[in-house]
Amino acid sequence: MQRGMLSRPVGLLFLAPAIIFIAVFLVYPFFSIFQMSFTNTTLVGVNATNPQFVGMQNYVDLFDSDQWMRRGEMGFSLLVTIQFVIGSGLIGQAVLGLFIAVLLHNRRGFTREVVFTLAIAAWIIPDVVVAFAWFAYLAPDGTLNNLLNAIGITGPDWLFNYPLVSIILFNTWRGAAFSMLLFSSALSSIPPSQLETADVLGASNWQKFRDILLPQLTPYILTDLLLITLWTFNTFTPFLLTGGGPSYQTDVISIFTYRIGLRFFEFGKGSAAAMVVMIINLAIASIYLLVSRSRRARA
Amino acid sequence: MTTRSRKRRFTFRYVLITLLAYVIAFFFLLPLLWFIFSPFNDHATLSVSILANPSLANFGEVLDNDLAMRGLLVNSPIIGVGTMLITTLVAALAAFGLSRSRLPGRQMWTYVLILFSSVVVGTASMVPIFRLIFEIGLINTHIGVILVMVGGMLPSAIFIMQDFVDGVPRSYEEAAMVMGASPMRIFRDITFPLIRPGLMVVGIWVLINAWGAFLTPYLLLRSPELMPAAVTFYRFYDEEGSPQITLIAAYALLYTLPVLIMYLIINWRYGFRFFGGIKS
Repeated sequence: MQRGMLSRPVGLLFLAPAIIFIAVFLVYPFFSIFQMSFTNTTLVGVNATNPQFVGMQNYVDLFDSDQWMRRGEMGFSLLVTIQFVIGSGLIGQAVLGLFIAVLLHNRRGFTREVVFTLAIAAWIIPDVVVAFAWFAYLAPDGTLNNLLNAIGITGPDWLFNYPLVSIILFNTWRGAAFSMLLFSSALSSIPPSQLETADVLGASNWQKFRDILLPQLTPYILTDLLLITLWTFNTFTPFLLTGGGPSYQTDVISIFTYRIGLRFFEFGKGSAAAMVVMIINLAIASIYLLVSRSRRARA
Repeated sequence: MTTRSRKRRFTFRYVLITLLAYVIAFFFLLPLLWFIFSPFNDHATLSVSILANPSLANFGEVLDNDLAMRGLLVNSPIIGVGTMLITTLVAALAAFGLSRSRLPGRQMWTYVLILFSSVVVGTASMVPIFRLIFEIGLINTHIGVILVMVGGMLPSAIFIMQDFVDGVPRSYEEAAMVMGASPMRIFRDITFPLIRPGLMVVGIWVLINAWGAFLTPYLLLRSPELMPAAVTFYRFYDEEGSPQITLIAAYALLYTLPVLIMYLIINWRYGFRFFGGIKS
């Protein structure tokens, strides 16, 4: 009688409210985007009430080879997004999070509390607030340049001269806490006796990391990379810092979709862009799932 | 000799790790300095001046701004608490249903939903959601914003809640069932009170997310007097569009404090239990 306390209809009854919400706000939008992406739907005008079927036209427009790599077009935006995801997600958040977790593994007390509290504060303070704090931090006369001045370097106008570097730094700072928490709770499940044995055998820190910690962390690393890639790929927060500019240099894909679909109200083309984004999301998720399954099959 | 040299190596390593840790701490602290000091400086600019005369004048001016205070004290709480109550209740019901009935492939379904909610997110899904809310006449209403946010957060909420529901001993529920209690009664009188920690964790997680949400209310609301604090934040810009830095600083602090306090409470009471089942 472990699992079958409720009959199937009663079980479904408990699930009904959740199913309705998920159907209306997750499943319906998905199919709606799919259907709209083949029409010329707009918010107002004739095409709002009587949209026409235009076949693959929206997709053809998005992938138009003459335009594709120009600033403000999809190819350019994807290129920016790839740099953003690799820089701030994979290298920034995952590596920094892992580094902090390993560095402070088995440390208790003040230092650990300070690092964890600050990283978590960066993670939970609302978007608009951290965006403005970073706007002040990176301003020509902001905190960062004041510090650089103190050691005799004249800092640039970061958001204007290095906008992509700026949002990569920002997003690393913003999200590293998640990887840090995930990895440090994973590390705490590794028996300390293994590290002590390695100490007795005279293993170096790098050997201990490579041969003891890393193999046991691998499944967590895969989960972490999957979630972080998806989140970084879809984050809209850089918009609050740069608005996608200057001249589209930080036009990541979520800002691109927003601009096409919701600022210009070209729903058809915006939906086609959203479909492409979702297909890329699915591809990312599938790659990670395949990797983790093949790892488990080998094990 | 050996013990001595080993001991010294340990000390050196300890100091090195501590130093590295504080370098990282500064990386996280520096961007927040402005946010910490400027609210109390009535001549605040984008640069930080730590030694300026402390003053509460900025807060006085923020308190006089009706729309901003309405956002902070009325609209954000309505949207946050509304989203929290509905998400938590619906997620608890669903987790109970999933856990206690013999539905096929329950693990797979939660996984697919989590994946789905990470895939159909953000700006991608906002086009049809905008149209849907527009067509059913909930544009420019709080309930429209709340319903959309509940839909987006439910899969993760169910996922977290399942850990807690699975932890409730079956014997209580079975005893009640033998005594003839209905499934709804069992849920309400036995399971629901026993998963209180789960309700707290999910509830605060939802509240923090809803409190910080910018895009959904920004797109679905039109009237300034309905906007939550995340959107009214942008009221402190003058006619030319330059930010009134002193007021933004003070408002940022007022807007953030509830979230920080909630985090401290959850951390103190439950620690971080967000990652219960995360492992591929």
